[in-house]
Amino acid sequence: MLTQWLTRFVQLVIVLLFLSVVTFVLLKLAPGDPVLAIIRASDGALSQADQEVVRESLGLSRPLYEQYGSWLLHVVQLDWGQSLTSNREVWDILIERLPATVYLALGAIVVLIVIAFPLGVLAATYHNKAPDALSRMIALLGASVPSFWLGLILIYVFAYQLNWLPTLGSGSLRHLVLPSLTLGFVMAPEYIRLLRAGLLETFSHDYIKAARARGISEWRIMFRHAIRAALLPIVAVSGISLGALLAGSVVTESIFGWPGLGSMAIEAIRLRDYPVVQGYVMFCGVCFIAANWLSDAGTAALDPRIRMRKGRRV
Amino acid sequence: MKIPLFIFMGMVLYGFFLILAFTGSWLAPNDPLLIQMSERLQPPSFTYPLGTDHLGRCILSRIMAGTHTTLGLSTAVIVAVAVIGVPIGFLSGYKGGRIDAWLMRVADGAGALPEFLVAVAVAGFLGPGLWNVLLAIACVKWIAYARIVRGVVQTEREKEYVLASIVSGSSGWTIIRRHLLRQAASPLAILVAGDIGRTILLLSALSYLGLGAQPPAPEWGAMLNDGRPYFQAAPALMLYPGLCILLVVLACNMVSDGLRDTLDVRSKQRGIEI
Repeated sequence: MLTQWLTRFVQLVIVLLFLSVVTFVLLKLAPGDPVLAIIRASDGALSQADQEVVRESLGLSRPLYEQYGSWLLHVVQLDWGQSLTSNREVWDILIERLPATVYLALGAIVVLIVIAFPLGVLAATYHNKAPDALSRMIALLGASVPSFWLGLILIYVFAYQLNWLPTLGSGSLRHLVLPSLTLGFVMAPEYIRLLRAGLLETFSHDYIKAARARGISEWRIMFRHAIRAALLPIVAVSGISLGALLAGSVVTESIFGWPGLGSMAIEAIRLRDYPVVQGYVMFCGVCFIAANWLSDAGTAALDPRIRMRKGRRV
Repeated sequence: MKIPLFIFMGMVLYGFFLILAFTGSWLAPNDPLLIQMSERLQPPSFTYPLGTDHLGRCILSRIMAGTHTTLGLSTAVIVAVAVIGVPIGFLSGYKGGRIDAWLMRVADGAGALPEFLVAVAVAGFLGPGLWNVLLAIACVKWIAYARIVRGVVQTEREKEYVLASIVSGSSGWTIIRRHLLRQAASPLAILVAGDIGRTILLLSALSYLGLGAQPPAPEWGAMLNDGRPYFQAAPALMLYPGLCILLVVLACNMVSDGLRDTLDVRSKQRGIEI
């Protein structure tokens, strides 16, 4: 058990290092000279010699691996530099944007559960009958609709035509409805499919047949036995979704002008504000990796077969 | 027999758009790039069957020309990625040992991040553009193909028919071609069909955000972005390109779903139809 956790931990560190190398290389490959960018940002006109001084002070004349080392040291200490456009600390900007993204993620999870859970259960209960087909159609549609289009249609119908909900921005629960619907709906299909498949597989097991033979009601079988087993693959996938949600669904946020991490990233890309882009990539990368790790741990905690297995997952 | 119908419908729909991707630029009634401010935001008419956009460009022509970018590039990327990933999977699974360990570590690293984040990162640092974004997608996507093939090879390699083939003197290449490739074909087909759809969604989303195709190129996601400021007055600007994305991705998903029903060996073995 302990070695298994240690192996996972070492893997985690390797993946994080990989993330840092990728970010660093991309940062180095980025067009434009950081020295000139700094001079532009401070409205200064510096001579060639002054530019060399700035270059030296930024450590840009040292070999790459040394630059990477000192860069990594700063990153680990959460010193992620300053935004080129607002001169604020990148870390502060991230923390400021995080709550909006978390609210949206929670809203989307609620929508996801409300859509996916009943449809998955219906599809499995009425296997190969009309409700199954209906749930499949909805899943297909959700997997095929572009979220930015769905978002715009929702705005058009519910905000412009019916005037029920606000179009853009944030601040109240009413603002949260359309973005959550958009995000939840496009994420639901995977879960509908997983829940249906999981339930159908569970139904084929002997212990469910035995429960039926003992005359236990279908309702009770579903909620006491089947769902629990069917949730396993869902926990495994939820890590990926959770990471994606925290990364701030860039698309949904930018459609609805939602002031979260995703819209921050798009603004930063437009303004070529590399430190903010870098902060976003690092932050999301870590969130994603952590969420994956958590869901692995969750799966292991729920499933004794995985908990007892020796070695690591491939 | 209802499931093959499902695949058939998807194939027909996808085929329609694929033909449009190759012929769209010729068949288009107007020049998709021609800006005519006097004709801006026109309602549908005989000359402009779907009307014109905010710069007076024919929407239908732009959609037809955009098929090439959206569908053509997504399909090309997935085919290219499969061509890269599948041999790596064979190499990894068939040779095993140190090569396998190294290749899988590389895959772990490259697959540690979602492709959307990688695409955003690449667009963010190297600048927006279709090719940057496509490269980013390719860097992440090959892993799924390598993993699937590797898995199939590892389970099939020990089976008796493969051992018999080895004993009777078949070369590694023959075994891969005759036996292993056939076993891997079903999961690969399901993955390719689904991936083309997902890549279209991803690519058009990135173009919508301004990170993919750059104006004035006609690309469905970018067209939606263009129409965004006018969509209260002229919803057609965003309705039609979005509908096209929906239909073509739906076609891919229908094929993928249908194939999963008919081909997926794993679910059949468990005695359930998924």
